[in-house]
Amino acid sequence: MADFFSMGGYGAYVWPSYGMTAIIMLVLLIMSVRSLKSTESTFNRLKAEAGPKNKKNEETSNGDEA
Amino acid sequence: MHRFANPTRFLRIAAVVQPWIAGITVALFAAGLYMAFFTAPPDYQQGESVRIMYVHVPAAWMGMFCYAAMAIASAVALIWKHPLADVAAKATAPVGAAFTFLSLATGSLWGKPMWGTWWVWDARLTSMLILFFLYIGYMALQGAFDDRARGAKASAILALVGAVNLPIIKFSVDWWNTLHQPASVIKMGGPSIHPDMLWPLLIMAVAFKTYYVWVLLVRIRQEITANKVRILRLKQVHGG
Repeated sequence: MADFFSMGGYGAYVWPSYGMTAIIMLVLLIMSVRSLKSTESTFNRLKAEAGPKNKKNEETSNGDEA
Repeated sequence: MHRFANPTRFLRIAAVVQPWIAGITVALFAAGLYMAFFTAPPDYQQGESVRIMYVHVPAAWMGMFCYAAMAIASAVALIWKHPLADVAAKATAPVGAAFTFLSLATGSLWGKPMWGTWWVWDARLTSMLILFFLYIGYMALQGAFDDRARGAKASAILALVGAVNLPIIKFSVDWWNTLHQPASVIKMGGPSIHPDMLWPLLIMAVAFKTYYVWVLLVRIRQEITANKVRILRLKQVHGG
C-alpha cells in the first residue's frame, strides 16, 4: 500500500496531478449545476408572478435574443 | 419560426440525455482510473511518473478540441445567426480553459522530475499558454460590452482569429526543437505506444470528452433559461 502511494518516488508529482484534475473538474461541474438550478428557480418564480395569461408568449419567445 | 422552436426543443432533449451522459462519464472514469493505476505498466525510462500521462494528454487534447468546437460554433453564429451556436460557444469557453490549465499544470508536474524544470519557453508549452490566454480573452471580451449582441460578435471573431494557434500547437513539436516529445498516438503510421498504455489513455480521453458534453448540456440549459428570465423581466418593465 505504501508502495502504491509512493509511486516509485514520484508520488509528489503523480498525486497532485490527479488531485488537481479531480478538484477542478468537480468544481466546474458543481458550479455549472448550481447556476442552472438558481436560474431555473428565478424563471419559475417570475413565471408564477407573471400569471397564466402570459404563458403562451413565453413559450414562443425564449432564446431569440442569442 | 424554427429559430424560436430550437432552444425549447433542445431543452427537452438535453433533459433526457443528460443523466445518460453523466452515468457514462462516471463509468468511463472508474474504468480509466483503474486501468491507469493498476493494469498499465510503469515506463521503462520514466517509471511510475508516466501515469501523469493519463490526465495530462486527455486534458491537452480536450483543451484543443474545445477551442475547435468554440471556433466552429462562433463561425456558425456569425454566418447563420443560429441562436444555439452563440450559446454553445459561450458554454464551451470555461470548460476548454479548465482543460488547458490542467494540461499546463500537470505538464509542469511531469516536467519537473523528467526534464528537471517546471517550465521552459519552448514552442509547445508557449503555444499552449497562448491557447489558455485566448480562452481568458474570449470570456473577458464577452462581458466587456453593455450590448450582449456586440459582446457575442466581438468574442466570436476573436475565437476565429485565435484558431490559427491550433495547427501551431499540433505541429510545434515537429517545426521547432523542443523538450516536449513528439506525437505518439495521433500520427502517420498509427500509434507507437503499447496497447497496455494506449487503452487506459483512450478510455480516459473518452471520459474527458463525455464530461465536456455533460457540462456543456448543463451550461447551455442555464444560458437558455437565463435568456428566458431576461425576456420575462423586460416584459414586466414594459408593463407586459
